[in-house]
Amino acid sequence: MCRLFAITSEQPLSPMVVLEALDVMREGHDCSGVGLFLRDLAGPFEDMKDAPILSGIFSDAGLKRLDAFMMDIGFMTKYKITIKVPKTPPAGVPKRDVYLIRAYEYPEEWEEFSQKELYDRLLSLRLKLRKMGEEKEDMIVFSFWPDVIMIKEIGDPTQVANYLQFDRQELHARVIMAQGRQNTNYAINLYACHPFFIQGFSTMTNGENTAFVPIKEYLTSRGFEGYTGYQSDSEVFTHILHFMMTNLGLGVEAYKHVITPLQDEDLQSHPDADLLRNLKRSCRPLIIDGPNCVIGCLPDHSLFMVQDRKKLRPGVVGGKPGMYAFSSEICGLDAAIPYRDKSKDFQPMHLDTAIVGPDRQEVRICSQINPLPPALSA
Amino acid sequence: MFSNKPVTPSTLSVKDLPWQILWNKDKCNLCGQCTAVCPVNAIELGVFRKKFIEPPVGLDINGTLACDYKLYYGIRQKTDPAYKCVGCAMCNMVCPNDAIIPCRSDEADKLRFHMDRGGQPRRRGGRRNVSDGILDRIKFIRISMLTDPALDAGRHEFELRTLLGRVLPPDKNLKFVQQQGWIPPVREIYPLIIGGMSFGALSPTMWEGLQLGVAYLNEELNLPVRISTGEGGCPQRLLRSRFLKYVILQIASGYFGWDEIIHAIPDMKEDPCAIEIKYGQGAKPGDGGLLMWYKVNKLIAAIRGVPTGVNLPSPPTHQTKYSIEESVAKMIQSMYMAWGFRVPVYPKISGTSTALAVLNNLTRNQYAAGLAIDGEDGGTGAAYNVSMNHMGHPIASNIRDCYLNLVKVGMQNEIPLFAGGGVGKTGNLTANAAALIMLGASGVQVGKYIMQAAAGCLGSESDRCNICNIGLCPKGITSQDARLYRRLDAENVAQRVVDLFLSFDTELKKIVAPLGRSTSLPIGMADALGINDRNAAERLRINYVV
Repeated sequence: MCRLFAITSEQPLSPMVVLEALDVMREGHDCSGVGLFLRDLAGPFEDMKDAPILSGIFSDAGLKRLDAFMMDIGFMTKYKITIKVPKTPPAGVPKRDVYLIRAYEYPEEWEEFSQKELYDRLLSLRLKLRKMGEEKEDMIVFSFWPDVIMIKEIGDPTQVANYLQFDRQELHARVIMAQGRQNTNYAINLYACHPFFIQGFSTMTNGENTAFVPIKEYLTSRGFEGYTGYQSDSEVFTHILHFMMTNLGLGVEAYKHVITPLQDEDLQSHPDADLLRNLKRSCRPLIIDGPNCVIGCLPDHSLFMVQDRKKLRPGVVGGKPGMYAFSSEICGLDAAIPYRDKSKDFQPMHLDTAIVGPDRQEVRICSQINPLPPALSA
Repeated sequence: MFSNKPVTPSTLSVKDLPWQILWNKDKCNLCGQCTAVCPVNAIELGVFRKKFIEPPVGLDINGTLACDYKLYYGIRQKTDPAYKCVGCAMCNMVCPNDAIIPCRSDEADKLRFHMDRGGQPRRRGGRRNVSDGILDRIKFIRISMLTDPALDAGRHEFELRTLLGRVLPPDKNLKFVQQQGWIPPVREIYPLIIGGMSFGALSPTMWEGLQLGVAYLNEELNLPVRISTGEGGCPQRLLRSRFLKYVILQIASGYFGWDEIIHAIPDMKEDPCAIEIKYGQGAKPGDGGLLMWYKVNKLIAAIRGVPTGVNLPSPPTHQTKYSIEESVAKMIQSMYMAWGFRVPVYPKISGTSTALAVLNNLTRNQYAAGLAIDGEDGGTGAAYNVSMNHMGHPIASNIRDCYLNLVKVGMQNEIPLFAGGGVGKTGNLTANAAALIMLGASGVQVGKYIMQAAAGCLGSESDRCNICNIGLCPKGITSQDARLYRRLDAENVAQRVVDLFLSFDTELKKIVAPLGRSTSLPIGMADALGINDRNAAERLRINYVV
């Protein structure tokens, strides 16, 4: 079973804060791996917010291929973090050559691209690198995006964190998400490790997605090259979010209406009944059945948490202005933000979406029975 | 027959017949009810002469042997093919002493070689005489054991409705909502639909019972069950009632009853659920509908707008159209127009290897509200034996191919597929229906199962009864003869319709709950399916399990 933890803070934090929170929840997960997502980066990346950062694991040969490939397109290395690991990895952690975190400068001709075209090309490039890596098994690419770092590895999360020196200053960030499990519901593969990422959207999920296959088929048939992979049944949550926000222009408040639409009685009395009924019908193949708790991060750095319709996985959000965390268990929250008003902790239920916006000042709760924000219902 | 008389090629003995009447002289009280009830006059009063030899007591060399002839009465089975026993066993049902029962011959009958008198091949009602099917072999293997126990079929909420109608892609749909554009009508209905059985093919009591049951399910139990009329129009009273919204009106190549339907449009209080354009059916693929003259009485003739006592064969195709493309396009459009673009219109075809071409055609028609495919196991009121037994395409691979094709073009949510033909033919209605849904159907249509479960149809896959075509249904289900159909009580039929839908609903939950599904119907959830046949698994792209 997975345990999830996400935190957003005005002051940059070390990823170790999150790893410690995961560690206190270790009874709830099998310590088989860790996935880390960092955004709104501090340290050296603070001054290069627009530079795309490539995160992944490479063999020496893979790195050479990467360099040649990127040079060929015109990408120049702007900054890199070199993780020098001890010669012997901890038990259960594979020996790797290079954990790569490298910021690039765009090729000159890319500077004229519109934002959409730029984003599409970044995605395309990441997928191409992934494919190249899969062919020769010398590269694993997690993300290639400005202001985002992702690290994933098999093994005990705390041991991996120490081994990879997660406490280093260069990895401090204001938004951090982590998950403590590797062997997911399908084959063991680092691409199956949460959190998942696509074009600025990232989610991680606790639970089993029983409607995985029809959802996967629907997404892959959208004709969008980024909807691929699916080594994990949870990857579709990230892609549904991306589809809904970029393709349909809906806000995160509508996410629950897509994945777990209201039943007819509630729908009839909803002020946006017409829109929601149409959304429910036209997005029917994206309905999930859980049990799932999803924590996600939006391009504007908001964090949110939602549950499935009825089975629900553990999940709580709490904190104080300036710092809020989303956790599978309250003990994780206690470890990260011990001094907070615990009476304001909130456990989202089957209708709720808990959102902490980029200002990090409050937890906003949207219930599915509430009207949609005016921009969506207009 | 005497042993020295000539025999004709078609002279048969009782042994040569498929059904043989076993009659017990000791139990029979000679009431005659069996001969009266037999729908095909296969049995008659028999007067038997029997010799008795009674030697006198004691030795008398010169005496003659006492010998006498006595008569007794009983039941005699006719061997003329025209009066063959159909095995319905009504004789057994009415016999007060259980003295009579038809038994299946222990070998293949010889009658089958003599059923074409006058050059007329055998025609019959009923079903294809093949008892097994792939659907029964499919198992549901993906039991949710991973992160959480399975759902509770008895306590959790379930949303098992499906959509009938053209669903727009999400971006287009939302744009049309905002700009108040035309959004095709979509019905949220129960995924088990009572398939097209016409008023005419079915008796008035049967039809009334089905409609009563459907109305009760909708209005009292909130189960949005829909029923197709089949080709034969619809009684005026129903057309002008609020219950019309539960009815799918079928139009087929004979256009029977459509004059009356069109004229009733101004008086309709509700729109019908949908319009089904029938291009084919599973039982007699490529052949038109057929209501034989026996069944065309005054009421039927009035509803259909024809004279009484004439055969009503529909042509195999819609004669006014040049091609199916043209036909589908024009008919769908004109039907939409008739109801102001408020009613979904979709075609029904027989299972065929060309189904994909029809489907591709529909994907390009923005009005097409779905596609119903009726597989080879579909039942019928009347068809040639050869059509029923040998024509058509199995539904499982047909529906799967169509669904996967829709997935390929990304339209799996836009054109719902409905599957029919042999669903529940061995009694496993829910398992068969769920398998088809997980193969990609949005819902299933059933006919024969309804006839059996709701009205006690005697038909079977071993050629029992199957005389629906000639109006002699011994249960009164498919007869227009008041002496027969008054055996069936409409309210009892309605009760059974309600029973079967409620039990189906419980069973469907018992299937989807362990799979962890309850928020939506698991359409296309093929990862849940397994079969112990590698070729079938490969063909259907489901799991091979042993």
